[in-house]
Amino acid sequence: MTTDQTGADLAPALGVEPLVVEDEAPRTAAAQTLFPPIPAVVTRTRIVIGVVLAAAALYAPWYYGPDINRVLSQAIYLAIAAMGLNLLTGFNGQVSIGHGAFFGIGAFTSAILIVDHGWTYEPTILVSAIFTGLFGLLVGLPALRVRGLYLALVTLGLAVLFPNVVQRFVKGVGGVALLRPPRSAFSSLIGGLADDQWAYYLSLVIMVVLYILAWNLVRGRVGRAMIAVRDQELAAATVGVPVARTKVVTFAISAAYAGVAGSLSVMIDRLADGTNPIIYFQRSIEFLVAMVIGGAATIMGPAVGALILVLLRRNTQNLIEGKEILAPAIYGASLIAIVFVLPEGVVGGVRRLLAALGRRSSAKGRPPTHPIPDDSHD
Amino acid sequence: MQLFVEQVINGIANGAIYGALALALVLIFRSTGVLNFAQGEMAMFSTFITWKLTTGGLPVWGAILISMGIAFIAGAAIERTLIRPFEGSNRSPLNVVIVSLGMFLAINSLAQLVFGTDPQRLPSPVPNRRLTILESSNGGINITYPTLMLIAVLIVECIALWWLLQRTKLGLKLRAVAADADSARLHGIKAGSMLMFGWALSAAIGALAGAMVASSRVGFDASLMQTIIVYAFAAAALGGFDSLWGAVLCGIFVGVANSLTVQYVNALDGIELVMPLALILIVLVVMPNGLFGKRTVERV
Repeated sequence: MTTDQTGADLAPALGVEPLVVEDEAPRTAAAQTLFPPIPAVVTRTRIVIGVVLAAAALYAPWYYGPDINRVLSQAIYLAIAAMGLNLLTGFNGQVSIGHGAFFGIGAFTSAILIVDHGWTYEPTILVSAIFTGLFGLLVGLPALRVRGLYLALVTLGLAVLFPNVVQRFVKGVGGVALLRPPRSAFSSLIGGLADDQWAYYLSLVIMVVLYILAWNLVRGRVGRAMIAVRDQELAAATVGVPVARTKVVTFAISAAYAGVAGSLSVMIDRLADGTNPIIYFQRSIEFLVAMVIGGAATIMGPAVGALILVLLRRNTQNLIEGKEILAPAIYGASLIAIVFVLPEGVVGGVRRLLAALGRRSSAKGRPPTHPIPDDSHD
Repeated sequence: MQLFVEQVINGIANGAIYGALALALVLIFRSTGVLNFAQGEMAMFSTFITWKLTTGGLPVWGAILISMGIAFIAGAAIERTLIRPFEGSNRSPLNVVIVSLGMFLAINSLAQLVFGTDPQRLPSPVPNRRLTILESSNGGINITYPTLMLIAVLIVECIALWWLLQRTKLGLKLRAVAADADSARLHGIKAGSMLMFGWALSAAIGALAGAMVASSRVGFDASLMQTIIVYAFAAAALGGFDSLWGAVLCGIFVGVANSLTVQYVNALDGIELVMPLALILIVLVVMPNGLFGKRTVERV
């Protein structure tokens, strides 16, 4: 038995909720114990949807103007941050309301490097990722001792504290904690692309790379360790999963994702803002909401959630003429409504629907809620 | 020395507010296991109701009592409609967090819509005079009436809650449901009503706390509780989240520690929030269940 299967084989023995790992698995014998065969109709639908979505994503910046492109780019960086949080909260079970702070650290790292040190923008993304990753490592260590709601609280503090720290140490234009890098720092590196299109494509490429990385991560050994720690920490420890290392490393990776998102936000929003005391707390909420709406512990969930969130926010803003102040109320109410209608998120809901369809259309297809078929050990 | 004592007293007064709000948080957490992020905003909204009533000519104390009553009903209604569908063990706790965060946003913007964005002033229920005790050649120690009021209100609140929880049948039922909802149900207690009552009670406590904060300030707007809720969370976490008295004591502790930090630690100028957070972190790392929390045994 390879280590890859540890979690799956132990789960029933310990009477634990079995690990449900998702998505198209390679059809190897080992994989089939974890991944139920997916009905052909579902696979075909997925391929079609995937191709259509990819084409739409590539064509969008030519179809829309700079205004909408910016909104879409915002959805992309939100999706990256939400994926970071999803790795930590969805797959590893550590609830963080402090990812806004990591996002902010990423944003200010980039902004400071550009404004004060004359860097070009692109390399600062990498620096932000490394820097926030290290910071995540630092926060991940005490997080080993603090769990559940307490962790949520400590990280909440992080998000609330961050703007204060920035206000204390960063002096931008007019002495306030607001950095505006010059426009020229973000000019398009490819001829034929306008600045807003370049920002969109750069963000999109980074997002795709990070999503593929995340997808690989959760399907591999590390990912199973993460899930095992989430589902049953003690049981995971007894079978040799390095619990502490898994948690801390997940924290660092997750923070780095948020940092990259923050860095991209500097390019897209053209500023790093520390003047509003609760802005990074609100960011944390956005990430959490995007993850939950889309579907926690799924790969596409955070992206779907981020898109819904950004569109929702944009459309509620102008919904009622003269009552812009009401926008957050509608926004908040829609969040509550979505959680009521789709408690597993959009991706979870769609998956359930597809599973139901698959059961009906194919006698061989098994519902994914029963991931370990009895005959898998032949 | 004189300055030190005055700062401590100031800290106790602020801490009384943190403690009161933490009390509301813990009350909800103990009965429903929900961390109510919207607690501060609910309190803020009630404060606006109080203010509105006083502009209609009601005396402040009367207005506070009426708005506590309204908050009580609203709290019950929120539990019934928004929280109830997510109760039970098989629901994701994350969804409840989202609901409470959604409430946070919605209530905040509703308050701005209904009551406007201008800062308002809530008249103080007690005259704004000061009392000098321990008079000596270099001036003595000054305590303002509002400070005394804050402390007195917290004490009265604690005694009333203690009486309710420990000396009445209702309190016994409430505690039974908090300890084990299923067993309580088997004994014929209507667990649902008790949970609703818990939310109603804590909304009313929040309304009182909000009025206290607003009346001790020059003006207030919709951001009234946003910093205070962090301190209240700090107090609740320090107290271990399941202890009402822990929440109150730790609220006062956080308040005092904060006012001393502001006064004496110049390095933290502007980032005083570091202090409650460092406190939470240190306590939780050393004692994961908080100072007053019960230790739990985990089963595999």
